[in-house]
Amino acid sequence: MASTPAAPAVAPSLVDTLFQRSLNDLVKSLRADPSAAGEAVAVARALSEIHREIRAPDAATKSVALQKLTYLSSLHFAPVGTHLLAFPAIELLASPHLPHKRLAYLAASLSLHPASLSLLPLATHQLHKDLSPSSAGAAHQQHLSALALQLLASPAAAAAPDLPVHLAHDLVPHLARGSPRAIAAAARVIAASPSAAVPVLFKPLAACLASPDPRASTAAAAAFCDLSAPPADATPFLPLAPDLYNLLTTSRSNWALIKVLKVFARLAPLEPRLAARIVDPVCQLLTRSSAMSLTFECIRTVLTALPAHDAAVRLAIGKAKEFVAADDDPNLRYLGLLALGLLGPAYASTVNDCRDAIVKSLGDADTNIRQEALHLIMGMVNENNIMDIAGMLISHVAKSDPEFANDILGAVLAACGHNVYEMVVDFDWYVSLLADMARTLLCAQGDEIGRQLVDVGLRVRDARPELVRSARTLLIDPALLGNHFLFPVLSAAAWVSGEYVDLTKDPVELVEALLQPRTSLLPISVRAVYIHAVFKVITWCFSVYVGRLGDSGMAVDVMFDRLAADQTVGSESNVALVSGEEQDIGASTVRKDPFSHESILYMINLIQTTVGPLINCNEVEVQERALNLIGFVHLVREIQELNKRNVADGDKPSRLEELVKTMQTVFCQELGPVSVNAQMKVATPDGLILNENLVELAGIVSEDDTTPSTSIFFYPCSRHSADTRDELAVSIDSSSLSEHRKRHGLFYLQTGKTEDEPNDYPQANDSLPSSSNNSVNDDKLKTAELVFAGKKSTATKSRPKVVKLDTEDFLSSMMPSANVPKEDPLSGALRDVLLGSDAKALSSQRASDINLEGMLNKTSSNESSSQQIENLGSHPASRSSSRTSKQQNHDKEKGTNPPESDGKEPRKHRSSGRSGHRQGKHKHREKSSTQPDTIPQAPVIQDFLL
Amino acid sequence: MIQAVMVISTQAKPRLLKFYNFQPPEKHQDLVRSVFQLLSARPDSVSDFVKVDSIFCLGTKMVYKHLATLYFVFVFDSSENELAMLDLIQVFVETLDKCFKNVCELDIVFNFNKLHTILDEMILGDR
Repeated sequence: MASTPAAPAVAPSLVDTLFQRSLNDLVKSLRADPSAAGEAVAVARALSEIHREIRAPDAATKSVALQKLTYLSSLHFAPVGTHLLAFPAIELLASPHLPHKRLAYLAASLSLHPASLSLLPLATHQLHKDLSPSSAGAAHQQHLSALALQLLASPAAAAAPDLPVHLAHDLVPHLARGSPRAIAAAARVIAASPSAAVPVLFKPLAACLASPDPRASTAAAAAFCDLSAPPADATPFLPLAPDLYNLLTTSRSNWALIKVLKVFARLAPLEPRLAARIVDPVCQLLTRSSAMSLTFECIRTVLTALPAHDAAVRLAIGKAKEFVAADDDPNLRYLGLLALGLLGPAYASTVNDCRDAIVKSLGDADTNIRQEALHLIMGMVNENNIMDIAGMLISHVAKSDPEFANDILGAVLAACGHNVYEMVVDFDWYVSLLADMARTLLCAQGDEIGRQLVDVGLRVRDARPELVRSARTLLIDPALLGNHFLFPVLSAAAWVSGEYVDLTKDPVELVEALLQPRTSLLPISVRAVYIHAVFKVITWCFSVYVGRLGDSGMAVDVMFDRLAADQTVGSESNVALVSGEEQDIGASTVRKDPFSHESILYMINLIQTTVGPLINCNEVEVQERALNLIGFVHLVREIQELNKRNVADGDKPSRLEELVKTMQTVFCQELGPVSVNAQMKVATPDGLILNENLVELAGIVSEDDTTPSTSIFFYPCSRHSADTRDELAVSIDSSSLSEHRKRHGLFYLQTGKTEDEPNDYPQANDSLPSSSNNSVNDDKLKTAELVFAGKKSTATKSRPKVVKLDTEDFLSSMMPSANVPKEDPLSGALRDVLLGSDAKALSSQRASDINLEGMLNKTSSNESSSQQIENLGSHPASRSSSRTSKQQNHDKEKGTNPPESDGKEPRKHRSSGRSGHRQGKHKHREKSSTQPDTIPQAPVIQDFLL
Repeated sequence: MIQAVMVISTQAKPRLLKFYNFQPPEKHQDLVRSVFQLLSARPDSVSDFVKVDSIFCLGTKMVYKHLATLYFVFVFDSSENELAMLDLIQVFVETLDKCFKNVCELDIVFNFNKLHTILDEMILGDR
């Protein structure tokens, strides 16, 4: 095309011009070597050539160079300096020669952008000249103005707001002529700088809507459609409604009708009367039109903008269903599903009618269609059909490609988990569905499945047996351990099995599953959960075992002897050997009764062989938990040894029993969900002034907090412990085993918070840590309190109870009255904490019996530590001084563990029983205002719970 | 409105690029690449619409037609009708066919300026 005949002009460029390569030559040279390297070389060569040519004074040479440069920058992404391209383009705009002008306009429209704005003033004058009528022939003039208008309608105009502002007036005559280009350019100009252009251009543009020329009216409808597009406000276009309506009823151009419908769809919500006016013509178009594009636009307009007109909606749904049923055209099927997806819940039943077609679309080859079908199906879900639909969808997962399979899983999880499982009625079903999902081959939704498994466990008590069963099936399958997507699920399953171990059928199998060799494939965080779960299982087994011993009155010695036999054999390697044998013999017998001492022995040995090596693991999480577990196992063995040597018969069962009970109490508190905004619900008690800044405490904390973890369990014992004789050794913290014991508690609670659950999990009840930190800051106490604040309401339906945590608005809307009465006891409880009453008492979720356990807990932990010391033989003679040394111990604690110094108050309450609350409050009267009696507090709190 | 028109060969080479919304030239190559990846991943005989919010701005869709060795791609926003765009591609291809008598990829490669003129006439002139 534009290969220039050499125009002899100036001598120096004559050779250049004569032998200048045209664009075609350039394209050919680029195609000669299609490899990337060859092309790069050719581009570089051409660029250097163009750099020389474009400076030529001769317009012809320059225009060819410009053309080549435009081509390279557009299609070969050649890095061209903005000025290099824009400057000659603007220069050539002034050329009298039309082909040159054309090239220049093309180059300008493709190249002008914000960086070249500084050059625009140079172009403005030329554009102005080209737009205004001149002496030249009308046809020529039309060409020129078309080119100029085209430039104004290009993105360059949008990038350079000054340009259109100066030329707006020049557009008006062209608009009056009804030139589609001028209309498009005017739309651009208005969009680019509305303030300057609207007064000048809006009216002539609106006049084009009524133009008898269909080209003009169509272009104007398109222009207004663009201008009223969503980010912009459609209100200014309301006055155009009569013109648009006129166009809607008279125009025969589908293009114009589509645009008008789009504008009306945006205007209808703004003007209520509009919908009633347009519904008839739209329905007529819908029935009459043979063009699919127009039909679809009518459907969309009706469904989005005219939802109140039932007849029209039904007509549109009918058409949409025809689209869905179009077997031969995937485009129509896709758009049909898209249209049905626009329907609100009011028409869910009509969508249900074509459920079969939609379900069929789930298997479509086209991802668009599948996605829309899934979206539609999820929109149909309700309480009654969720089981059917979820089951059907899960069966589809196996047939789908990985991406869509996970879309399905994600959609099912989101639908079922929506608003705290409001659609799930049968949780047994849901739990097994979750397990099934995890086992589908392509599952990559492990995080969410794991989260929901734990969440259901925490919230729905009735689902726990099934949950434990499902967790078992997940844990015993060694194949699942290889799939890294499932690690969060396995982690949740392990946590569930450990937490609700009392529901398990076969703890031995569970321990084996948790310790199977392939667990080494798990990441550290999950392994830690596994080990901790083993800890919970073994603790529970012991408690059942000991309980049985007590019941049957059977001689405990037998069991101890055997345990001892193992231990006395000696070193680790021997243990391994023994347990190896044990496994052979054991495996068969053990199954019969998981709580026989063989099974217990078997489990202990298994733990020692598999977890033992992990003590040296270089990951602290695993190492610490392994140490905890091994420490516990050692403790059990040592007690028994000790008993054999030193203690009278009567003590043996009680020792073990106490140890086991202690450990069990550590785990007995149920973990509950905590509302995200629970803290806001805790009212600050009157008269309590919370410091904004706690800096002044820093000194106290840094001095005192030297041994934070050791202090937790060492509350002084009640007379309960005094009766059970054992002395407390004076120095407590020397034994490493007692260190473990102490750490268990703290660690356990922290795991609940950080390890087992992702951030959005309900937090574990952290009453213990907070009690230890009483002195440090009040906020901590608040967080402990939140646990209960969050549990204000439980949703009770006919289905299992699901603990729901209220959001603020839910609370205010649902139970504005309930809120008030509950406030008092709640803040009373808080006040109590703030006043230093024992946090343990507050956390007594299960009313009073937990208090007993709590006391027991403390008692036994004291004892176990003393036992450790005995074991070490550090104070062989101290037993005689039991009572006095205990008192000493208390004093000592106060002295050595300053964090406890605030804990004195709790202790006082504790030692004087429940009534001590009042006393404590008395002490702090300056802080607390008069309060309702705190004794009813426990039952009230219970109400908040499951 | 129409955001962009692209003609891309099945070898991932752009044959025609025209953006109706300003896109910095440095980004053009990435846009072409990501559009081509989308297109080449789609099997034949599926619907011709793809949501391209992640490539262009929010709410944009793309409609394409795969003819011989070329993809004809129109990118548009909510102000255009999907099926009308599909028709427009058809019109564009038919026009090219008339202009070049049995249009083939080579015609498009060697007629850079003509192509732009035809497109401008179609989009801005009388559609």
